[in-house]
This record gives sequence, structure tokens and C-alpha cells, in this order.
Amino acid sequence: MANKNTTSSKLRAALNTLIFPLISIVIAMFIAVFFVMWAEGENFFTATITLFQAIWEGSFGTSFSIIETLVFVTPLLFTGLANAVAFKTGLFNIGVEGQFIMGIFAAAAVGLIPGIPAVIHVPLVLISGMLIGALWAAIPGFLKAKVGTNEVINTIMMNFIAMFFVNYMIMGPLNEPGKATTPIIQNSAKLWRFLGEANRVNAGLFIGLLLVVLVYILLWKTTIGYELRAVGLNPHAAEYGGISIKKNIVLAMAISGAIAGLGGAVHVAGIQYQAIQLFGFTGFGFDGIAVALLGKSHPVGVLLSAILFGALNSSSLNLQLANIPKDIVYLIQAIIIIFVAADYIYKWIGEKRKKEAMING
Amino acid sequence: MANGSIPVVVALLAATFRLATPLIFAALGGVISERSGVVNIGLEGIMIVGAFFAVYGSSLTGNPWVGLLFAVISGALVAAIHAVLSIHLKADQTVSGVAINLFAGALTSFLIFKLFGRQGQTDGVAALPYPAEAMAKVPVIGPFLAELNWFVFMAIILVFVVHYVLYYTPLGLRIRAVGEHPKAADTLGINVYKIRYLCVIMSGVFAGLGGATLSIGVMNLFREGMVSGRGFIALAAMIFGNWKPFGAAAASFLFAFAQAFEILAQKFGWALPTEAYLAFPYILTMLALAGFVGKTTPPAADGVPYNKGER
Amino acid sequence: MQKVVEMKGITKVFPGVKANDDVNFELLKGEIHVLLGENGAGKTTLMNILYGLYQPDAGEIYVNGQKVNIKSPGDAIKLGIGMVHQHFMLVHNFTVAENIVLGSEPKKGIKIDMQKAIKDTQELADRYGFKIDPNAVIEDITVGQQQKVEILKALYRGADILILDEPTAVLTPQEIEELGVILKNLVKEGKSIILITHKLKEVMAMSDRVTIVRRGKVIDTVYTKDTNIDELAEMMVGRKVNLVVQKDEAKPGKVVLKVENISALDHRKLPALKGVNLEVRAGEIVGIAGVDGNGQTELIEVITGLRKPTEGRVYINDKDVTGKTPKDIIEAGVGHIPEDRHKRGLVLKYSLYENAVLGSHYKLPFAKGIMMNYNKIKEYARKLIDEFDVRTPNEEVFASALSGGNQQKFIAAREINKDPELIIAAQPTRGIDVGAIEYIHKRLVEERDKGRAILLVSLELDEILALSDRIAVIYDGQIVDILDAKSATEHELGILMAGGTLKKQA
Repeated sequence: MANKNTTSSKLRAALNTLIFPLISIVIAMFIAVFFVMWAEGENFFTATITLFQAIWEGSFGTSFSIIETLVFVTPLLFTGLANAVAFKTGLFNIGVEGQFIMGIFAAAAVGLIPGIPAVIHVPLVLISGMLIGALWAAIPGFLKAKVGTNEVINTIMMNFIAMFFVNYMIMGPLNEPGKATTPIIQNSAKLWRFLGEANRVNAGLFIGLLLVVLVYILLWKTTIGYELRAVGLNPHAAEYGGISIKKNIVLAMAISGAIAGLGGAVHVAGIQYQAIQLFGFTGFGFDGIAVALLGKSHPVGVLLSAILFGALNSSSLNLQLANIPKDIVYLIQAIIIIFVAADYIYKWIGEKRKKEAMING
Repeated sequence: MANGSIPVVVALLAATFRLATPLIFAALGGVISERSGVVNIGLEGIMIVGAFFAVYGSSLTGNPWVGLLFAVISGALVAAIHAVLSIHLKADQTVSGVAINLFAGALTSFLIFKLFGRQGQTDGVAALPYPAEAMAKVPVIGPFLAELNWFVFMAIILVFVVHYVLYYTPLGLRIRAVGEHPKAADTLGINVYKIRYLCVIMSGVFAGLGGATLSIGVMNLFREGMVSGRGFIALAAMIFGNWKPFGAAAASFLFAFAQAFEILAQKFGWALPTEAYLAFPYILTMLALAGFVGKTTPPAADGVPYNKGER
Repeated sequence: MQKVVEMKGITKVFPGVKANDDVNFELLKGEIHVLLGENGAGKTTLMNILYGLYQPDAGEIYVNGQKVNIKSPGDAIKLGIGMVHQHFMLVHNFTVAENIVLGSEPKKGIKIDMQKAIKDTQELADRYGFKIDPNAVIEDITVGQQQKVEILKALYRGADILILDEPTAVLTPQEIEELGVILKNLVKEGKSIILITHKLKEVMAMSDRVTIVRRGKVIDTVYTKDTNIDELAEMMVGRKVNLVVQKDEAKPGKVVLKVENISALDHRKLPALKGVNLEVRAGEIVGIAGVDGNGQTELIEVITGLRKPTEGRVYINDKDVTGKTPKDIIEAGVGHIPEDRHKRGLVLKYSLYENAVLGSHYKLPFAKGIMMNYNKIKEYARKLIDEFDVRTPNEEVFASALSGGNQQKFIAAREINKDPELIIAAQPTRGIDVGAIEYIHKRLVEERDKGRAILLVSLELDEILALSDRIAVIYDGQIVDILDAKSATEHELGILMAGGTLKKQA
């Protein structure tokens, strides 16, 4: 009796967790179709086809688009995982954006150091991204643990400070004269573009995928993960079980920041090869929030969501060719988040039914 | 502007007032919402929406005052989404706010294309007219007044209005009670949900005005990225101002002054990098939150969804 | 005399418990009527129904002879009923006057007429003999003053019937006297008062009549002048079936737990413990008896490191563990079955095997360095489940899937298997089925016989009497007496628990 119950109940549980994200996506796409109808003046049926066709072609239709999709997916793996780790501990790290940017800066700077063999340089660049990201996140984490200040506001502030700081460095001390960027990093610091220089996909993708596995192991196979998740699920019980809430808050933020910073470093070392002046936020961090929420903060969910969002982002060019404004993509993402936020209605309805059953039963 | 040169002090002061205005609107919006206990991170998004619809309304009718109306209504509607999510569906208020920001950016981008047929920015429209020359004739402060616009006056008046309502009227007392101890208010027959809805929607109205300031008050069009974080600076001003209307306004002036000063400093070659000025409000807020610059006390029930009938 | 309130046949059911079972209650005009009973007896529920916070499942309510339907506090207020809750409903940073007029503000145009509010407040206070400053801010005044504000709130809205829920719980002896005077003044002005309390001394001093409630049912209604503390204690606590637990003589050994003069504040920063002294030896069960809210929770928290004391020391096996972290305390050899299994004892969304190692998750064999060994952990979980006969399909289900009794058994299994020198069992059998109760009792005695020291905290007197070797009674943050379980009677314990004293034979 035991085993059968477990697998079928586990399957049911898995379906239950999948169902709401799926509904959110479907509804978001549905609403997006209306926007397409409006933009194109088409009817519902044609609009749906146009939209889906454009998205498909733009993301997976050709070998080039698949490659580009992978490029768009890579940073989302990092920012999604970064947010997921924070969420699992009950924290909201909106600062992933800023930590990512700091990672960009670190990589762009460390990548300039000449005379280091690649086998050392690349890890150095990546580690520098991780360290700076960890530090950037640990500050608000520490403030929350010590003083109790809300990490949401503090990390938002740190995002702006990061952007301004990095811009200052790009246009000041690290500036490539005549340009709004830093100099191109040394070849020894670049990540391998395994499909040839012309294709932007690079080893960073593998690092991201590896990270998916590592985060899974961290959260579900280590004592660190055990404590982080306990703090996120029930801080009272965690405290009772001897787990230090303060320490874990700072640790979770640091890990989250390290992942985000690593993402920024990978972005420079693999794609940009330099830091470019920012006219606003990169968006990877905020997308990461959506990716983590949709993926329910589980590494596999994050992977799948990152692919979805990456595909949407990469198809934006193709959408424009089909005369659909690329903002549809961002609209879809925003609506998905709104519905994920409204996930609570599902929970609330579920709880109401349970309560009624108890009172009447 | 008739005269060629205006004294530096006047220019600085006027710039401060102008730059502070959108912040003041949004910060007041934040104060109203959070005083009733609902966190509204979405102010940035609402400002974006307000800025856009102000331009749209103006272009549609040729009348910038209609644009203002559009800004207010659109702001209220977007805030209403946040209200439903946060109050009724008891969603995490931060997630809801973030969603609103993303949604606003995407929506306005899309609408620029759809409604104006362009990318990135709209056509120019009739901006809110201001009798600068008439103002310049006012004795003593004339030259200063000439540099302002109607939004500045609106903002300052609203600071007094919000303060008055919050601290002198029954509604204000109830709003503050709901933000501090909703259960106490509930046991006295006050409708917590209704008050929170009202406040969140009002915050949308105010933030919408703030957005309109940027588009039809200063420029005469909407450009993507024109709000560029002012919604967050407004949040910072609200916190730094300790959730009080005058405090938020003072903080807004402080932050705006830093920005205005920078322009002056550059003229004189006082070199602090631009970014330092830009980062100033954010660093200051973190220090305030950490307790280094006085004590900040948010409303006690801020951010906590209210469950009527919880045992 | 006129009946101002009559409640007939009131029944109220919450999931799993009948809070009020066919209750009849009446209040005469101008009387002070006490609703007496232990925690969970149903007194607050009944009054919450009268005040419109809950709706009864059956029964009728009459106010001043009219049948009424009270659907909300607003309705109750209109009928002249006012309630002062146990946990004050005051906005901490408003003034006294603001709190009083909130929701019914006097207006001058669109503005609040604060002058009138202050004047009215002052007049009201003077009329009833309260000394209060309308402009004082709530967080600056004493708890006793805050309570007066709550009473004034009700009076301001024209309450003729006042319900006070555990009013003396937060007052000093002097303030209690003051309250008594205030109540008498109110009665002189024609008000009728219902007091909810479990404190016998106050009952005798302040009331005209007493209705005793036990387990949702009314036991009796008597005139205060016709009864005494002993009688009331007996009715309140009642004759219950003694749980028979087979028990040998205790063979107490060395002192394992020593609590020395511990004082601590509760989460509201009020004194919860006022100089507690206690010792528990190896091989004995010390039971702490007391009505909920007298400091038991805080005492356990101090001993287990979840709360820092303001004074005093705690020793485990002669080692000073005062103020140390829960992790240190666990390492010092303490197992803790917490009183709230959902809040403290389990992470409900963790599987059973993950919960099985809560507190020892970082130790061998469950973890080597930072890598956890889930095979060993699952094995261990299975062992716990088998040993304590926890009913579950397997160790992989979420802890939330288990019934209360099985959850508690699982927690007990976990704590006992830590091989601790001191076991703290706080309400170990709260809300669980008879079978599980029996089992846990049996195991606790077994552990005692193995030489462990056991500190038992329970709100159930029969449990205390059945299991303990010595019984310490806690009242108002102090251990008022320690009795030998063999000779202690329910009657004596009831008196001590309610703040009375035992007349020692000279």
C-alpha cells in the first residue's frame, strides 16, 4: 500500500503545483492575443496564429533563433536561481538586478588584467562576480538580520546605487576613451563560444545549467539548504530546532547575490566582453523574479520558466518583423506575474473550502 | 522667458521646486496608501501610466487639461488592480507592486506604437499652458514664479490638503487607525477594506498626477524611460519623511535640491561625479532605515493583509 | 429585578470542539455578574457571541426583554453593549481621546472637533471617577490606564451593559482595587456588568453573582454571598475521571534542571515571570500546574533558549545555560516537546523524515560536514514511526498530513530519541485522541524510570496529577507552592491555581 500511495499522491501533488503556473501562462497568452488583435486588426483566430507563429519562429524556428534563445535564457537562469534561493528562505531579493550589475562591473574590471592564463583568468573573473554580488546582497541582508529593516526597500535602493556606481566606473576610471564602455576584456578572460565566434551562445550556458543542479543539491541535500528552507517555511520551528534565523538570512542573501553576480560576470565574459553604459536597468533581475515565481522557486521550475521567458524575449525581434510590437512579450510576462501574484486566490479558495468542510463535517 | 539671465539662486530654487514636484505627488500617494496599511511599490509604474495617458488625452482632444484627467483616471485604474490583488486576494503586496511596474512599462510601450504609430516616444502635444510672462511681473518673486508651472502649485497645495485630511478629519483618523491596528478599527465598526481601497486608489490618482507632471508639465511628449526611477525616489522620500505629508515633501525637496545643485556645481566645475548626486537619495534612505539618521516608523500594520474574522 | 440580557440555549461549534453547549445565561440590571471557568471553558466565546463577533449555531438572545439578532459589534453597540477585550484594541500612537472617539468622531464641519472630544472624554472620566489625561498617548500610559480607556470607549458609545474579558489579568494589586471601585461606581450609575475571569479572589471581592462554566456547559449560577472560594474552585475544576497511569515510586537522583530566581517579560514587554525557583531531578516528573497565561509559556521559553530572562540563572547539570541559544540548550541534553506543535514542533511542509532530524540535522550520522545523508535520515524516521506507532503511510508524507495525535507522537518520538537528560513536555497531549494520550503518558513514565528528568507543563489537572511526582503551581509568574503529588488534591490545586492560598493546619 505504501509505495503506490506515494507515487500517485506525489504525481497528484506535482500536477497541483504545475496547474496554476500553467493557467497563468495560458491566461496571459490569451490576453496577449487580444492585444495582437488590436495591434493588427485581425480576428481572434488569426491573431492567435500570428502570435504563436511569430513566437515560435523567433525562438525555436531556425537554428539561429534557437541559439539566440539560449543566449537569452542564460542570464535568466542565474537571476531566476538567485531569486529562488531568496524566496525559499522567505526573503524577497529585488536586488538581484543590482547584484547582477555589480557582477558585470567586476568581470569587466578583472577581465582587463593582462598576462594571466585563461585557465586561471576565467575562474578569477567568475569568482570576482560572485564575491561582489554576495557582498552587495549581504549588506541589506545584514541590515535585516541586525536592525530588522525590510530587505525590499533596501535592495531597491542598492539597485540604483549599483547602477550609478557602475556607470561612474564605466565612464570614469575604467572608460575606453571615446566610447561609452569599458575596454574589451582580455581573450584569456572570455568564455568559450562553443558554436563558433559568430554565435553568441557560450560556456556560460553550461555554467548556468550546472548551477541549476548545484542549487538543487544545495537546497535539498545539504544542511545549509535544510536550514534555509526551514527558516522560509516556519521560522518559529526553525528557531526551536536550534537554527539561527539571523545567520541564515544573511547567508541566503549572500548566496542569492553570489549567483546574481555570477550571472553578471558570465554576461560580460560570454556575451558583451565589456561593460556598457546603462541607461536603465538590464531587466534580467526583474525577469528573474518572474522566472522564480512562475517556477515556484524550484530549480527545475526555474529552468523551465527561464526557457519560456528567454524564448519570449528572443522572439521579440521576429515579432517586430511580423509587425507585432515587441512589447507584447513584456506584457505577457507582466500578466503572468500578476496572475502568479493572484495565485493566492487559488489558495484562498482552497482554504475556504477546507474550512467549510470542517465546520459542516 | 523675457530676461536673458536669471540670478543663480533663483534658478536653483526654481529648479528644485520643479524637480521636486513629481516626487511630491508620488510620495504623497505612497503616504496615503501606506498609512492605510498597504505597501505600494508600484508607484513607478503608475507614474509611467499617468505620464503616458496625460499625453494621450491631450493629443486626443487637443486639450491638456483633459490629458490631466486621463492621467488621474488611468492612475486610479492601475492602482485599483494593485488594490484588488493586495486587499481582496491578499497577494504579497511587493509582488503585486513589481508586477504593476512591469505591466505599466510594457503597456505604455505597446500603446506608443499602437496609438501613435511610433516607437520609443510619442508626438508632441499641447502641454499645460502657464502664464510665465504674467508671473514674471509679480513683484519680488516674479522671476522665480516665471520658472514654475501649474503642477508645482498643485503639489504644494496637495501637501497641505493631505496633511489636513490625515490629521484633522474623521476620515484621516480612521485611515491612520486602519494602518496601525486594523482589528481595533474593525471592532469599532470601521470598514477596513473600504478604507484601504480608497487609499490605494487615491495613491494611484496622485502618482498619475506625478507622471503627468513629467510629460505635459515639463516636456510635451511621452518618452520611454522618462520616469527613470522617480517612483522609487518618491518611495525613498516617503520613508525618509517618516510617512508624513510634510516630511515626504521636505524629503522630496531635499532630493530634488541635490539634483538641481548638481547642475549648478557642474557649471562651476565642482566635480562630484553625476552619479554621486543620482545615488544620493538612495544612500540617504538606507541610512535612515538603518537608524543612522533619526528613527523611521512605518505604520504598524503596513504590508500585512487584513483578514476579517481571524480568530 | 429586570433582566437586561438573557441568552437561551446558546450553542457554538468550532472545528473539532463544542465551545458552548446549550448555555443559558442572564444578567440582571445593576449587577456585577462573573463568568467563571478555566481556559477553553467557553466564557469568551459566549461573550463574543453577545458582542456580535461570532454568530451562535443555536439559541436566542434577548436584550431588555426584546429578542435580538446581533450580527456585528456595530449591532451590539447600538443595543448598548460594550466590550473590553482581553487584548486591548487601542491604537498605540493615538491619544486617549482619539482612541475613544474613533469611529464616532464629533465633527465641526469637515474637521474633527477635537476640543469637544477631549471635553467629553474628561467629563465621562470624571463622572465615573477615572483619573485620565485625554491627551496622553496610549503607548506612554500604564496598562491599567489603557484599560480605563477601553472602558471609556464603551461608555462613550452609550453602553449600559459592559463585558470585561479577564480585566485583572494585566493589573497590579493596586490597580485591581481601583478597578473594583470603578465597577461599583458604574453600577451606581445604572450599568450592568459581566466579568470574565478565572481568578477566584476577584470573584469574591467584586461580584454579585457567579455563573460557572466548564467544558462549554454551565455548571451553576450562584449568589457570591452564598458561596466561597473552595466551593467555586471545586465547581470550576470539577470531578474528572482520573487517568490511571501505572507508576512505580520515583527514585529521584541528582538535580538536572535548576531554575534560580528567573524573571522575564512577555512579548508585550509586561512581566511574565517574577522570580521563579524550581528544581527537577533525574528520575522524577515535576508537573507545573496553572491556568494558561500565568507564565508557563515564558518559563519554558527561557529554559529552552527561546527567550532571554531579565534576571536569574538556569542550570542544566550544573552548567550555566542562561540566555544561551536553543542550539546550545539542545546540545546540553534537552529534549523539548513544544506546546504548539504547529508553530514550534514541526515544519508542516517538510516531510516526516525531514522533521525527524529537526534539531540534530547537522550531526552524524544524519550529516557529514554539510552533506546530509537522507538514507540514514529516512531510516531514522522509520524507526521513530515504528517505535511510537505513528499512523502514516510512510516517512515521506508531509507532516501536515498526519492527525494531531500522530504528529504529537512523532514529536515525542523525536525528542525522546535524542537521548536527553531533561525532557520538557509542554501540553504534550493537547488536542489529541485518547490512544495517543495513553501512549505518551506511558512513555514519559518509562523515560522517568530510565533516569531522565522530566518537566511537565499542562493545563489539564488530571494529567498533572496522574503523571507528576511533585507538582508546582504557577500563578501570576511565580511558583506559589510545590506539593507532593501523592497527597495533593484537585481541590487544593484549584485554589492555588486561581490565586488562593491553602490554609495550613497549625
